[in-house]
Amino acid sequence: MLEFRKDIFADERDDNLKEVGQPTQRQDMLGHVTGTSPYYDDHRFANLLHLKILRSPYAHARIRSIDDAAAARAPGVKRIIRAADVPVNLNTLLSLIQFGKDDEPSLASDVVRYKGEPILGVVATSERAALEALALVRVSYEQLPAVFDVEEALKPGAVSVNAVYPKNTFEYYGKYDHQKLRFGDVEAAFKQADAVLEDRYQMSPIEHAPAETNGSIAVPDTNGRVSVYTSTQALFFSLDTSAKINALPSNQLHFIGGTVGGGFGGKVDTMTEPLVILAARLTGAPVRYRFSRHEEMQFGSPRGAERIYIKDGVMKDGRIVARQVRAYFDSGAYTRLSSYAVVKCVAHIPGPYTIPNVHADVFCVFTNRTPATAMRGFGVTALDFALECQMDKDAVAIGMDPLEFRILNAYRDGDMKAHRRQAKNCALIECAQVVAEKASWPLRDEFRRMSSRQGGGEHRTGAAAERTRAPAPAVPAATPRPAPASPQRVSYERPAAAASPSAPPPTQAPAGSTHGAPRFSSVFGTRRR
Amino acid sequence: MAKHRGRGVATINYPIGMNLGGDPSQALVHSNPTGKFTVTLSSIDLGQGMKSVTRQICAETLGVPVDDVYVDTADSDTGPHCMGSFASRGTHRVGNAVMAAAREARAVMMEAAAEELEVDPGDLETDGRGNIQVKGAPHRSISVRDVAIAAQFRQGKTISGRGIFLVPLSDVDPETGEMSPATCYAHACLVAEVEVDDETGEVAVLKMTSAYEIGRAINPKLVEQQLVGGSWMGMSHALYETPEPYYPNTRDGPRDFNEYLMPGPGDICPHDIIVLERPAPDGPFGAKGPGEMCANPVLPAVANAIYNAVGVRIDELPITPEKVLRALKARGGAPGSGRAR
Amino acid sequence: MKTPIQFQLNGEDVATFAESGANLLDVLREAVGDLSVKGGCWQGTCGTCTVLIDGAPRVSCVTLAETCAGKSIETAAGLRRGADLHPLQVAFVERFAAQCGYCTPGMLMAAKALLDRNPNPTRADVVDAIGGNICRCTGYEPIIQAVLDASRSNERRRA
Repeated sequence: MLEFRKDIFADERDDNLKEVGQPTQRQDMLGHVTGTSPYYDDHRFANLLHLKILRSPYAHARIRSIDDAAAARAPGVKRIIRAADVPVNLNTLLSLIQFGKDDEPSLASDVVRYKGEPILGVVATSERAALEALALVRVSYEQLPAVFDVEEALKPGAVSVNAVYPKNTFEYYGKYDHQKLRFGDVEAAFKQADAVLEDRYQMSPIEHAPAETNGSIAVPDTNGRVSVYTSTQALFFSLDTSAKINALPSNQLHFIGGTVGGGFGGKVDTMTEPLVILAARLTGAPVRYRFSRHEEMQFGSPRGAERIYIKDGVMKDGRIVARQVRAYFDSGAYTRLSSYAVVKCVAHIPGPYTIPNVHADVFCVFTNRTPATAMRGFGVTALDFALECQMDKDAVAIGMDPLEFRILNAYRDGDMKAHRRQAKNCALIECAQVVAEKASWPLRDEFRRMSSRQGGGEHRTGAAAERTRAPAPAVPAATPRPAPASPQRVSYERPAAAASPSAPPPTQAPAGSTHGAPRFSSVFGTRRR
Repeated sequence: MAKHRGRGVATINYPIGMNLGGDPSQALVHSNPTGKFTVTLSSIDLGQGMKSVTRQICAETLGVPVDDVYVDTADSDTGPHCMGSFASRGTHRVGNAVMAAAREARAVMMEAAAEELEVDPGDLETDGRGNIQVKGAPHRSISVRDVAIAAQFRQGKTISGRGIFLVPLSDVDPETGEMSPATCYAHACLVAEVEVDDETGEVAVLKMTSAYEIGRAINPKLVEQQLVGGSWMGMSHALYETPEPYYPNTRDGPRDFNEYLMPGPGDICPHDIIVLERPAPDGPFGAKGPGEMCANPVLPAVANAIYNAVGVRIDELPITPEKVLRALKARGGAPGSGRAR
Repeated sequence: MKTPIQFQLNGEDVATFAESGANLLDVLREAVGDLSVKGGCWQGTCGTCTVLIDGAPRVSCVTLAETCAGKSIETAAGLRRGADLHPLQVAFVERFAAQCGYCTPGMLMAAKALLDRNPNPTRADVVDAIGGNICRCTGYEPIIQAVLDASRSNERRRA
């Protein structure tokens, strides 16, 4: 099923390794096949209580009143958790790295913005008792109009979803409602192109569907701290988010995890830990908050749907001379990680190809649905679907083989990318050639001879970078990273013992600050206040 | 009333690590009294093999057998900060942090061994089997176990190390989008062969052939796990999955696995995978990370294969039988059906 | 209202109390302490919680515990004999047939049910036997190969 082509790029590798490259058995395999790998829920506590959440049945509504008296008296109920109980009831996940404004409550109190939004919690001696108590809660709603389509949400007069971003788009740098990419002059290029193709692509939301649902158990420990057993994909991310929402110093929380029954991005959002910690502190007892599969499927955050418009200008000889992309991320009712995905999407345009004129606008749009989150390929999967379908259409339009078309346009070492960085360490062409051989996909000789390491350079994009350099005061232009003149030899000989502790591996020097552009995000290190 | 075969291709790359960088990971490595090593992390194993990959990287860097290394994760009291397991960052970021910590520990180990053997540390090498020997004179050697004992109980040295790996955060120009998204990229090409039933609209994936360039395969079996599992998920995204079947209308969302469809063991197909390695200059032993990209090329390759098979383009996912049939109807039937196009 | 319930678990007699209406999955995990059985959906649709009841594979999350009185239940915790792994476990290890591992106990029990009644299954038999067990990680192929390997193993023991 799997084979290696060690001959390709062999001159760039030292394959003289002992442990790296070996098919060593997984450290956790024995635990998996004996059912002893310890997931968060495989820890038992006496007198464990259960937290269940009342969720909004409406996509958009004002909460007029909540009557939880009967629920509070129900059998087995230890505590009701209300919005007013949450110490810091407004957050956004990336506030930990100072990106974005707090826009999402842990428990909604005045308005609900998506079907399933949490309103109230019941802590009881069993899940069944908690669910039966939830059924006794009476909430009076005033339904509001809702918007579900990303382009409708951007029209003037659209229903405003998110109070912090009333125009339904995330705000970048305090003033832009979308992310831009400008390289070269697409309009001029479209006029010169032999074929211009425009299309619309729509990717569905996707449910992560891990075998283990989101969940955590919070346990007051013997030192007055709270231990939390969690399914999170990011231990300190969840710890710091929980500390913020509970107004606790970070060292009052002890997070334990590391063995997770599938994540795929759906366990980054810290869905259960903040409220289960609150529940444990309010009751003094261990509490579990475990998503049912229905909750996981309908109210756990999905991969956000994306709508992508692509317009390509192509020459008869096969060169793509212009690519214009307009894309909309459906973030749902709150930001979570979608703001970051939009930038990653822009970072991925126009794909692994050298195109001299690229123009993109990508929006993070709020709608009245479950907030979206990261999923395998975040910011890239839907775009790759759109780009690679478009590549095929382009090839057909000019009568060229789809694989040869890709090889022709593939980026090579030394090419200038639309983000004004030199391409390096490329290998798209070699992947295509290897597959063509294995799958008996005919390639003409000249395409079988092409290489990522030959033929690249800034001549392929001409003066594109200069044509769209934003007017700026006298600041130095960004310095492109030098491309290697010849393949780098990377040696993994073990270093002789050093006298001093080793420095971290060399990292890329950041590009010089460009045109005084505002920083995307502030410096790490101020994360824990 | 026929089945039509077709092939489609996609080529992609994938950025390694959090976009723009700024996502650090740290690691600690230390030896116990008898020369066995523990890597302490707060990184998360979701099944992708974090514990296993970091174990091999540590063993390689230290120069000891992998059986002498154990990875302990994740506990916030003992594990230093790691940003988390996402964005295909684990092997690259955590792997580099582990290498740095292991290098520091190794340096102390070699110093201690040099003192025991009365040579210069530069004259020594590890044999990868638990011993440290003089280069060119392997009979002059000492076990790692004995070095650990000597270091702790006689020399007063701690065989341990700390490591952090950070790609400094890149700026973004809001007008032009100029930025440094990633320091390295993995690559892939995938061909999918499908069979489309023009009466039911069902699409069966018959075969996949792919090539993945991932810098360095730390463990070929773990790479295979990702590439096989990921291609299944890609097929699932392309043809089956949606929590909103009538998006953007939110009605009829699935509530259980009877309603949220994914392909089962009877729906999978043979997949020939070829791995290429062009080391990333800043990857641990050149490694990048295949965890996310392995689903991506399947979606467009399948869509392109459907076009090749029956001449219809479906640009909305998932490509359900309903969508295929509607498209065929609009087209006037599948190729060879005798109807006018 | 708790009722007493007795059954055999992995060959040992077990007695406990169950709330009326409690499902077998909860009784096994919470009351008896067998954590090798995992819960995936609590709706009977994913197969993660599969156990054998009198040799037949059943989803324990929608099986009433009270209906198991007097029956013989097998879970993944009972597969190994002392330090020796069951041939299925050995095969899963050698084929790298687990990543996150969460579906693995249920998958092993579904496979055991097959091999106990059909020692020489075809690939189609294996696909059918595990068709009710969802795996989100592996793409199923290594699992199918592991079950076929186990069926061919010389060490395979009779129940």
